[in-house]
Amino acid sequence: MHKFDELNAASMRDDVPEFRAGDTVKVHVKVIEGTRSRVQVFQGIVIRRHGGGVGETFTVRKVSFGVGVERTFPLHTPIIDRIEVVTRGDVRRAKLYYLRGLRGKAAKIKEKRDTVPAKAASKSQ
Amino acid sequence: MTTVTTKTDQTVKGVLGEKLGMTQVWDADNRLVPVTVVKAGPCVVTQVRAAETDGYSAVQIAFGAIDPRKVNKPMSGHFAKAGVTPRRHLVELRTADAGDYELGQELTAEVFEAGQRVDATGTTKGKGFAGVMKRHGFSGVSASHGAHRNHRKPGSIGGCATPGRVFKGMRMAGRMGGVRQTTQNLQIHAVDAEKGLLLIKGAVPGPRGGIVLIRTAAKGA
Repeated sequence: MHKFDELNAASMRDDVPEFRAGDTVKVHVKVIEGTRSRVQVFQGIVIRRHGGGVGETFTVRKVSFGVGVERTFPLHTPIIDRIEVVTRGDVRRAKLYYLRGLRGKAAKIKEKRDTVPAKAASKSQ
Repeated sequence: MTTVTTKTDQTVKGVLGEKLGMTQVWDADNRLVPVTVVKAGPCVVTQVRAAETDGYSAVQIAFGAIDPRKVNKPMSGHFAKAGVTPRRHLVELRTADAGDYELGQELTAEVFEAGQRVDATGTTKGKGFAGVMKRHGFSGVSASHGAHRNHRKPGSIGGCATPGRVFKGMRMAGRMGGVRQTTQNLQIHAVDAEKGLLLIKGAVPGPRGGIVLIRTAAKGA
């Protein structure tokens, strides 16, 4: 598309796992404190993936001590050590902003069942 | 008295190029840097002006492919004198070290190095006939409080019987954009000599595919 796709490709990561809104992820973030660096884990639900290409970002939401915390990361940022997908969520939207208004059990996201449901399986046979 | 700064003692480096577009890269400290990608050069030197012959010292550089049949006789003669094939764009750079250049010499993105400050000149995107809010940043008129179809108007443009006319240069609606503009003191983020690309931090005037002149910053250190 662009005349400098190669240039963009150089700053893109190839170790990003497949995930979408609704998934629970662990983002291992490199934190530099003074001279030494360590890895901090930010675990939460992905509520959006935004944009595309080298500028793509995703937002992770978690509730910490009763306070909602959202953090938006550029998908290809070098400060991320790695992204770990914990669970796949079963959601019907690409942007889960409605979670902000929900608390407790209502804000829970069903886990996606990868196996074919029993009914459908019996029908096909 | 204002001191007149002369251009005679400045050494200016410059190169013509095509703006390819904007993207983002990460720097050494993992900070996101917005950059404009410019395909700089290859340019050729077509004329060297010296104080003895022309009254000032400058170097003329040319850039861009053109069908030789479309070049008129005077221009093709000018290019032939320099011993180069005709180019589409010509630009002159006033610089003190013009004598160091040779006719036909090639200039590429490598004239600059990362971290250097540059000025970028281009033709801005045309905006057509634009109102005062867009063109001059006027505040417009209130959205409510009885404002009647006045929302984007300029308001008063002057007095009544005194002066009895509108002053010259009053900012009004009109054609916006499509003019030459220079953005000063941009930083070169990186130079890709292999592909002839300059990565300039920040925005550069003009559309993608537009011709831009990148030269050493006139102001600043």
